[in-house]
Amino acid sequence: MILENLRIALKAIRANKMRSVLTTLGIIIGVAAVIAVVSIVQGLNFVIASELQGVGATFIRVAPERDFNDPDLAGKEITLTYEDGLAVMAHSTALKYFNPVFFRSERVYYGDNKHTSTLLGVGPYHQEVNNHWVDMGRFFSELDIERHARVCLIGRKIISELGLGERPIGKDIIVGNASFTVVGIMEKKGEMFGQDRDDLVLIPITTARDIYGREALKQLILDFKAKSPAEVDLAKDQITQVLRRRHHIAEGKKNDFQVVLQEEILKTTGSILGTVTQVVGAVVGIALLVGGIGIMNIMLVSVTERTREIGIRKAVGARRSDILVQFLIEAVTLSLIGGLFGVLGGWVLGILGAKMIPGFPGAHVPAWAVFLGFGFAALVGVVFGTYPAAKASALDPIEALRYE
Amino acid sequence: MLISIRELRKLYYVGTEEVRALDGIDLTVEAGELLAIMGPSGSGKSTLMNLLGCLDTPTSGDYVLNERQVSGLDDTALAGIRNSEIGFVFQTFNLLPRTTALENVELPLIYGRMPRRERKRKAREALEKVGLGDRIRHQPNELSGGQRQRVAIARALVNEPSILLADEPTGNLDSRTSEEIMSLFASLNGAGNTIVLVTHEESIAERARRIVRLLDGRVVEDVQVTAKGSGR
Repeated sequence: MILENLRIALKAIRANKMRSVLTTLGIIIGVAAVIAVVSIVQGLNFVIASELQGVGATFIRVAPERDFNDPDLAGKEITLTYEDGLAVMAHSTALKYFNPVFFRSERVYYGDNKHTSTLLGVGPYHQEVNNHWVDMGRFFSELDIERHARVCLIGRKIISELGLGERPIGKDIIVGNASFTVVGIMEKKGEMFGQDRDDLVLIPITTARDIYGREALKQLILDFKAKSPAEVDLAKDQITQVLRRRHHIAEGKKNDFQVVLQEEILKTTGSILGTVTQVVGAVVGIALLVGGIGIMNIMLVSVTERTREIGIRKAVGARRSDILVQFLIEAVTLSLIGGLFGVLGGWVLGILGAKMIPGFPGAHVPAWAVFLGFGFAALVGVVFGTYPAAKASALDPIEALRYE
Repeated sequence: MLISIRELRKLYYVGTEEVRALDGIDLTVEAGELLAIMGPSGSGKSTLMNLLGCLDTPTSGDYVLNERQVSGLDDTALAGIRNSEIGFVFQTFNLLPRTTALENVELPLIYGRMPRRERKRKAREALEKVGLGDRIRHQPNELSGGQRQRVAIARALVNEPSILLADEPTGNLDSRTSEEIMSLFASLNGAGNTIVLVTHEESIAERARRIVRLLDGRVVEDVQVTAKGSGR
């Protein structure tokens, strides 16, 4: 019986192709929007989650707090120093590693080739803290740091930009005004959000201080790694305590630094994505409502057009429920066809959208989103198909047979 | 006794005015009869037909069809009776458009929940019985009026109903085709089918073996036809 009804529904839809397509447009747009947004948001989530997993939940970053509207902070020159970091390590029980980071944009040269890259001055535990490891060659030794050695590690991008060839290790490159010997290549990290994360040069923090002087002090960021995820909050407290004391911040005054936990970054991005999803969800809700009204409208037209058919069916023995199910199935079939086109359209839209954003990792359409799209479509069909179907089933057979 | 009707009444209200479409009808029909119901328009013959066909329910009175009390049954039960006990033939054929002859004939069997294979076979047999074995894939708009009415008759017969109800079955046909359709009814009657037809054409009614005349919702005459063209 269901099969028969499906056949009848498809026949009726085929008989009015153009009308059916126009009717389902609302559903198509609604479902396509769901799939496109979910695919892009999921793609973003996926990347952020894997990024964060890469760095780890124990990652803590301390950066200077600049707020020109705050009377306590405005006009104050805020510095976080290497010594601050060492003092924190000395007084904290929850921290495992410390890595000072100085960064600026800098020109690099090799022969006639030049390139502008990101220069990072780092400590000996850069690898452990950022979970970014050397791939070829070696990392800085304690000795390199102590002796303020003119050695550097480079990302993949530098090799190609400067034309360092197959064996870059041991070659001397110019960074800014100084010559550095390449001792290692960092592992490939790829692109994210339009940023090439293999376009970097690492030098020892001590060397950076020699070359950039006071600037290197002012621009310092202190990265830490807690011993375990459970100790992150304790670590944050300890860092705050030590830094407040060292910076002579009176009780009741604000910190001149900020301690950012990985978890908080995650929460922030998550809440942004959540807001995006909610806004789009509301738009989709409206699209589906409009689509549903379209379905209801066209089903009412269909019922009127086929009044005689309903009369005939009833005369040969169709029960009320038979007619009800027939028109309900027709409405659901119509909206599911809309759902199908919507899923396909949304998928394509998601892929295209991801392609438009440079460095975007690609759309990710989870199976649940597809089911969700179809589910919405079917729900709309049932909700908005019920009234026309009930109307059809309640027709008086004599009146219906007489209908011209 | 196939049909037994006692004191059947049907009242309508047009505004506040009461219209007695049927005003106490008594009628019995035996199995195997070929009965014509006649009367001017407004005499109640269509109303009687609708009641006989279980498309409508009476205001009062008894209707026993095949030893089953029909008056007072609910919608679903009436649909079941229409499906299994009654075959309709209409003046305007009432075939589903854009649907083949075979599919049209299958319709009552679908609602009778017959399995597909058996359904197809029975529908094809019914079409062969009315002489349309070679037209089963044709749609109504590809068939002549007479052929369409034959499809309708096949549809009415396919469930092997107790009674065939024909409402002005030749009203939309030319005289030659009407003659063919009446011959088909006569041969179906000869094969044992009970047929009730409503008509206002004397020439059609005379093919019946019994004529019931209605006027103002009452039976005014009920006569056996002994030979073609003569009453009583």
